[in-house]
Amino acid sequence: MADIRVPTLGESVTEATIGKWFKKPGDPVAVDEPLVELETDKVTIEVPAPAAGVLGDIAAKDGETVAVGALLGQIKEGEGAPGKSTPAPLGRPDQKTDTTAPINAAEEEPRPRPETASKPADDARVAPSVRRLAAETGIDASTVPGSGKDGRVTKGDMMAAIERAAAAPTPVAQPAAAVQVRAPSPSDDAAREERVKMTRLRQTIARRLKEAQSTAAMLTTFNEVDMSAVMHLRNQYKELFEKKHGVKLGFMGFFVKACVQALKEIPAVNAEIDGTDLIYKNYYHIGVAVGTEKGLVVPVVRECDRKSLAQIEKEIADMGRRAREGTLKIEEMQGGTFTISNGGVYGSLMSTPILNAPQSGILGMHKIQERPVAIAGKVEIRPMMYLALSYDHRIVDGREAVTFLVRVKDVLEDPARFLLDL
Amino acid sequence: MSYDLIVIGSGPGGYVCAIRAAQLGMKVAVVEKDKTFGGTCLNVGCIPSKALLHASELFEESGHLFDKMGIKLGQPKLDLAAMMKFKDEGVDGNVKGVAFLFKKNKIDTFAGLGRIAGPGKVEVKAADGTSQAIEGKAIVIATGSDVARLRGVEIDEERIVSSTGALVLDKVPQRLLVIGAGVIGLELGSVWRRLGSEVIVVEFLDRILPGLDSEVCRQFQRLLEKQGITFKLSSKVTGVELSGNKLKATVEPAAGGAGEAIDADVVLVSVGRVPFTEGLGLEEAGVKTDNKGRVIVDARYATNVPGIYAIGDAIAGPMLAHKAQDEGVAVAENLAGRSGHVNYDVIPNVVYTYPEIASVGKSEDELKQAGTAYKIGKFPFTANGRAKVNLQTEGFVKILADANTDRVLGVHIVGADAGNMIAEAAVAMEFGAASEDIARTCHAHPTLTEAVKEAALAVDKRAIHM
Repeated sequence: MADIRVPTLGESVTEATIGKWFKKPGDPVAVDEPLVELETDKVTIEVPAPAAGVLGDIAAKDGETVAVGALLGQIKEGEGAPGKSTPAPLGRPDQKTDTTAPINAAEEEPRPRPETASKPADDARVAPSVRRLAAETGIDASTVPGSGKDGRVTKGDMMAAIERAAAAPTPVAQPAAAVQVRAPSPSDDAAREERVKMTRLRQTIARRLKEAQSTAAMLTTFNEVDMSAVMHLRNQYKELFEKKHGVKLGFMGFFVKACVQALKEIPAVNAEIDGTDLIYKNYYHIGVAVGTEKGLVVPVVRECDRKSLAQIEKEIADMGRRAREGTLKIEEMQGGTFTISNGGVYGSLMSTPILNAPQSGILGMHKIQERPVAIAGKVEIRPMMYLALSYDHRIVDGREAVTFLVRVKDVLEDPARFLLDL
Repeated sequence: MSYDLIVIGSGPGGYVCAIRAAQLGMKVAVVEKDKTFGGTCLNVGCIPSKALLHASELFEESGHLFDKMGIKLGQPKLDLAAMMKFKDEGVDGNVKGVAFLFKKNKIDTFAGLGRIAGPGKVEVKAADGTSQAIEGKAIVIATGSDVARLRGVEIDEERIVSSTGALVLDKVPQRLLVIGAGVIGLELGSVWRRLGSEVIVVEFLDRILPGLDSEVCRQFQRLLEKQGITFKLSSKVTGVELSGNKLKATVEPAAGGAGEAIDADVVLVSVGRVPFTEGLGLEEAGVKTDNKGRVIVDARYATNVPGIYAIGDAIAGPMLAHKAQDEGVAVAENLAGRSGHVNYDVIPNVVYTYPEIASVGKSEDELKQAGTAYKIGKFPFTANGRAKVNLQTEGFVKILADANTDRVLGVHIVGADAGNMIAEAAVAMEFGAASEDIARTCHAHPTLTEAVKEAALAVDKRAIHM
């Protein structure tokens, strides 16, 4: 076995962070082939393979900090490309939940296999029965305490480990699994309860909301926008607009356009985290949340930067209708880069929307309410709307989030900025 | 002359102990009272009996099986003197081999009866009466065992013989009466039956081969009976007299009662062996022995007297040469500061009849007594391809495995070459193997060992060839 160690990184640099492994355990490697990227304050370097062979188990995962000289992993020298039938698919070390599940009743993944494959078939210390059991159950024999000669794992040891694994519930994200058993209500209350099973849709919505909350470092920043300019514009042109474009001039179009403008300036809000990568998207598909009887659905208006306000309004109207009819197609709800949710239609003044995973930002619109505001030293009554931006702080920093919201506010308060791209 | 180690006795226990100690850098002396090295095993036990068993088996095969294979010889003729010479040459080669090993390992040898004269002191009395004293930091008693006597039957090694005499008979007895259906009785009884004797075996217990798996013994007894040996179980011999030129043995039921007289030309007394410690001066040296005459030792083979150790047939445990050898190695390693160890759970036991019997680990009787839940996998040699063509279909392999963990607890083989086949089982059990591990190990085809693999498969009820 050849050791892969952290090389000297430069004077006064004592440690580095693992940026990314280019190879997974079990992959064949050639000598000098780059295996892993290490990041320090000063420099990012690649660590080459010290020998040809097969990469063994990795000692330090992506994101971990390692000192100079530390063991990163080992290479089993001299072996060819393994024709292994190791069953365990090697998941990314920090792979999170399935982030592309549309709102359909996607089946949960089968019982997750451990990340490291079971011992390779040519390891002479593994008894044949142990090898078979490890392959069939996914339990890594190297994690099982061995009672055989010199600590070898026997068939009996594996069977005990299998029993233990069966007894301990595995952390599969079943909707019901993690729920505590509810203490029964006292009998006269219980008589007045009605137990209704959650619809599939609601279960999926519930799950995705929790996933979004658990995954992102989510928080909300607020601002307020003086809607008088937009309202003035609407009043002035709504009839003409409807006559020409065949659709009512609402507020959504303005907000979508305002968001697109702000997203162009703050691309992080339009981006997505994938493992340790950031995916910046140079397209603007805005999801517009629609409340239906069955629950909240988010049809996506695509290419909002290339569509006119009228087109956007048309699409929103059409999608909203079909959402309430339940005839939206799955594809129409996928692929969004940013979402707008309007709680104001129900009367909400302020709220903290939950991200529509895997997006990194969601704008909450609220009720337009006339309020006294201070303008140039005087009290004026203006139609004000509170704006909320919930964002993923892992990818969007505070300054960006605040700036985004300020831009949206700026553009809405002075629509001329649309024209002038300001 | 001062040594690190003095070994008294050059049988399998003694000579192996001496050689191991020499390998580990000790200055070693061996004391041997007999003219040749090798003790009982090489001179009047394992080696000569195996030579006769081999020769007699071939003699029988040539008379019965060769014809079937198209080898036309007619009835073979026996030249007993030549067969004995063949046996003697085998013995000679072996004992000379031990002498060579002593020389190679620079071990000094002293001919004579050894007596412990004091702590670290051994007095060697030669056959001519002269004595010399040698000193050693440690003394290992490896004096082995002797034939057990039977009350009422006087061994003269002419017509009433022990195994020693049975190995050197000058003519094939017409009728051989074997007292004791243990390993030695059955092996030597087989030899003479093949060479033409009528063999009757009298056994005190209600079964043959005490200690072995009872099912194995029942099946094996049937095989021997098919070969022509007559058994009188639950019987004892209370006396043997000379009557004319025949011997008359009085045989009674073991529980007592009226006896019968059985004539024989030769009577073999094979009722066991007892530790041999004569002339060692154990009492004066203060070395304690138990009520069976065995030297009492602790887990490191140390006696109650510091610096004095004992191994092999002289102490408790199975009276087997390989057990003595392993103990010899363990003592030598302990003395050299290492940790020698003998795994008494994995000592194979072999009976060199045809078919052979070989066992390692627990019998079904032992497992039942201990209340251990176990599974059985059995495979007969009639279903083994190689055995079929070799005309060696007698016997079977039986594997006993823990019902819960599948760990192999015992393996019992009745069949040709069982003594060699048992080695695989011993290795597997040393490593705590499950029957599945044996089943998943590739065994060459076509060999008899495939029966071991199939028996392992049979534990899981998935034998292929049955």
